Amino acid sequence: MRITVTVDGTKFTDDVEPRQLLVHYLREQLGKVGTVVGCDTSNCGACTVHLDGHSVKSCSVLAVQADGSEVTTVEGLARDGKLHPVQKAFHDNHALQCGFCTPGMIMQSIDLLADNPDPDEKAVREGLEGNLCRCTGYQNIVRAVRDAAAHMSGGAGPEAEQVADEQVKAGGAQ
Amino acid sequence: MTSTMPAIEPEVGKARLRKEDARLIVGNTRWTDNIVLPGMLHLALLRSPMAHAKITKIDTSAAKELPGVLAVFTGADFADEQGSLPCAWPITPDQKAPNAPSIAVDTVNFAGEVVAIVVGRTTYAAHDALEAIDIDYDELPIVLDMAAAVEDGADLVYPDLGTNKSATWIFDSGEAGSGGDVEQAIADAEILIERTYRQQRLIPAFMEPRSVVVDPTSAQFTMWSATQIPHILRVMLSMSLGVPEHKVRVIAPDVGGGFGGKLQVCPEEFIAFLVARRLGKPVKYTESRSESLQSAHHGRDQIQKLTLAATKDGTVTGLKVELLADMGAYLRLVSPGVPILGAFMYNSIYKFDSYRFVCTNVFTNKTPTDAYRGAGRPEATFAIERLMDELAVEVGMDPLAVREKNWIKNTEFPYDTVCGLTYDTGNYEAATAKAKELFGYDALRTEQKERRDRGDSVQLGIGISTFTEMCGLAPSRVLGALSYGAGGWEHAAIRMLPTGKVEVVTGSSPHGQGHETAWSQIVADQLGVPFEDVEVLHGDTQSSHKGMDTYGSRSLTVGAMAVVAAADKVKAKAAKIAAHLLEAGEDDVEFAAGSYRVRGAGADAKAVSIQDIALAVFAAHDLPDGVEPNLDSEATFDPENFSFPHGTHLCATEVDTETGRVTIRSYVCVDDIGKVVNPIIVEGQVHGGLAQGIAQALYEEAVHDETGTLTTGTLADYLVPSAADLPNFTTDRTETPATSNVLGVKGVGEAGTIASTPAVVNSVVDAVRHFGVSDIQMPLTPMRVWQAIRTGQTDAGGLGHEAGGGLGSVSTSARPAGRKTHTNGEAQ
Repeated sequence: MRITVTVDGTKFTDDVEPRQLLVHYLREQLGKVGTVVGCDTSNCGACTVHLDGHSVKSCSVLAVQADGSEVTTVEGLARDGKLHPVQKAFHDNHALQCGFCTPGMIMQSIDLLADNPDPDEKAVREGLEGNLCRCTGYQNIVRAVRDAAAHMSGGAGPEAEQVADEQVKAGGAQ
Repeated sequence: MTSTMPAIEPEVGKARLRKEDARLIVGNTRWTDNIVLPGMLHLALLRSPMAHAKITKIDTSAAKELPGVLAVFTGADFADEQGSLPCAWPITPDQKAPNAPSIAVDTVNFAGEVVAIVVGRTTYAAHDALEAIDIDYDELPIVLDMAAAVEDGADLVYPDLGTNKSATWIFDSGEAGSGGDVEQAIADAEILIERTYRQQRLIPAFMEPRSVVVDPTSAQFTMWSATQIPHILRVMLSMSLGVPEHKVRVIAPDVGGGFGGKLQVCPEEFIAFLVARRLGKPVKYTESRSESLQSAHHGRDQIQKLTLAATKDGTVTGLKVELLADMGAYLRLVSPGVPILGAFMYNSIYKFDSYRFVCTNVFTNKTPTDAYRGAGRPEATFAIERLMDELAVEVGMDPLAVREKNWIKNTEFPYDTVCGLTYDTGNYEAATAKAKELFGYDALRTEQKERRDRGDSVQLGIGISTFTEMCGLAPSRVLGALSYGAGGWEHAAIRMLPTGKVEVVTGSSPHGQGHETAWSQIVADQLGVPFEDVEVLHGDTQSSHKGMDTYGSRSLTVGAMAVVAAADKVKAKAAKIAAHLLEAGEDDVEFAAGSYRVRGAGADAKAVSIQDIALAVFAAHDLPDGVEPNLDSEATFDPENFSFPHGTHLCATEVDTETGRVTIRSYVCVDDIGKVVNPIIVEGQVHGGLAQGIAQALYEEAVHDETGTLTTGTLADYLVPSAADLPNFTTDRTETPATSNVLGVKGVGEAGTIASTPAVVNSVVDAVRHFGVSDIQMPLTPMRVWQAIRTGQTDAGGLGHEAGGGLGSVSTSARPAGRKTHTNGEAQ
């Protein structure tokens, strides 16, 4: 099937197998290898990207389902050489060690902050429940997300993130 | 030439943010699975669903006909060249070790063993063809329970070995001359505590699934692998597969965690090599998470029979440890040695007169076990810290008081332990005092009493773990004495570039720890160069040709010492040239803050910086006679002793006695890891370690059902904790420098994992002890805790009945059940 998807601001038209997973399309056809696969049951969240501004586990979405949509990966967050506040907060708070879960963790954190611009610790922990990390024990990830919340300003994220919906908006996901 | 001495703040000790992050947070990564080569083919592996069976027929003809399938191989295709996967640690001369093929030829010995290989144009094509392979098996008796496996008349995993026992390894302090006779201590004991604890089987569950790429199209075979041990892997490929060592290059690019799980020479690495060599094409194999959980090595899985002898006043006198350790179906790289690493840690920080350790390694038809974070030492620490709590109850003392009564006093270091190690330093008093204060120990005890007195349905428990560990594996002479197949040194090199920048080559192989940052800090101090001017090269046997890699909390205490030694050599070479340029005698120049000056000439005197000298060496126009134009230096460091981090961990849990639910209310740990290079990295290591130790206590268990099928075969069933499952930790440190290395550092990678498990279990048992509970088997699920409160049954909940069954569980209903040799655990 032929699909047209805008990924990190660039429009792509490709023929894909109907069964192809979005994450495989991103990695293998587009070379967007910043997004990774950590499991096969959608538990780990390492493959999290944004589809039309909302986080999805790209191992649980077919490429054909993304037809006509905008996808943002971790590679599309930095703008004009400037890191997204959540990326910066992960660095500032030592919220990553091996870094394998980090792309998904960052994408989910941005989504979380879009829903709740000032989450308390419990809200962050629950909001990241679908993303596993084996290195950090999560403490610094939680700290990073709250730190990012304090630094977020409107329009910090890329255009694809700036979708209007009924949710309360904040920072990079506005 | 610089003329003033810059005031440089030491880098070591500074909370530097990590260099590594810059790439990782934007997705500029080099995971093995990212690698794409021209003409690269993709492997899919068919794995046995049977735990023990003869392969009677494999028909691959239909699979070979499918579009996009280039080849299908079975064990028969590689039987003559695949050799045996290596085991580098024969713990006894008479150790029994079966041949360990990468791909089964005629028999499968655990569910998950590879039985066929499909080579496809794409991963999708290769995976499609797996279903077209037709295999018939004849079932063989399945051996699952290690205790039953060592009984007379048990079914055998390897009938030709005549036993399921691989080896029995003994340490006896009386025989070794490091202490007395434990049997005498037991005979004389006023208090005798006998317990049997079970270290459940765990799965390392690194986040990046294993992946390997092999390119046979250049002068050297190049293997990229998600491994902790590129150097060891290269040697083993060469020794096992008949490829000359100089014809192999191994690269560990970005590696997404290991925790011991990637301290392995894997079947999949051998298979990828064999296929690439056969076809002359680059190949890639990346495992699925399910394959990883099912077939990558597991950890722990021991039964610990313990006898503690003590006097009525709470003084310990003797400890006897009798272990059964489940090896699974094969001996992997260091499988046999993992429980032996614990042998030296059961006595922990306590002054025992006598000690005996007997470990029998047992074969079963399960996934092989091997190193998992801590490797032997968490098991030992769990046992002794649980026993100290039991002793405290027995003699009516506070559990901290009973520990203090028995631990090595700060004034008694260096201290020779009952198992023959020499602890160089430690200050258990200071760490404990700090932890008690941060924790509010006395107030929590008061609250605990109050809640107990009023029969609160939610009871409070306080758990203690005053641990130590041996890390920095390892002095080569010790490894030799333990029959390990290699040394424990590490290598480093420093290259001074003409522009004054520095390349540091390390044999340590990071997979998330932060070596690039830490090594840069160390070298910045050693050479007086900016942190930013240091680049750390690792994980590629072409650039980093020599190494023993990363595991056993060894990188800093061994690997970084090699870096320091190499820097010393650079400075020694540079001093000759500096003296020449300063027109002074070599003995008259001194090095400080990156520059050489004539000694005593003052800060305003003429100076030459190390960068000046690097450029002078590059030009080589004006060097002293006989001096080689080269500052580059390398060094290999072999430690004299282990380092012995220690700490006091305190855990408060709230246990809902009506539901069995355990909530960690506070967790305080004060670790003493000596001098600290980077406090941020240290804190991160402790956090992650705690998470894994707590996960063993509360959540994780690899469960095989009665057919030998792993029922916890997905992350829906194997409960790696999420952010919502873990508390905030309060971490702090005391600092008692190690004397075994010039930086005064100790390892920290495993400390949190080693210390935390008994702290949590002690806490939960403490909360419900008044119900008659003296133990609950890990993981302490709500069901087990609830059952223990109701019945005193310690393994309530049973094995294989509660963890499986979730999303994506491996189905056991699709095929006939194997013969039942033993059902684990107890039914509800």
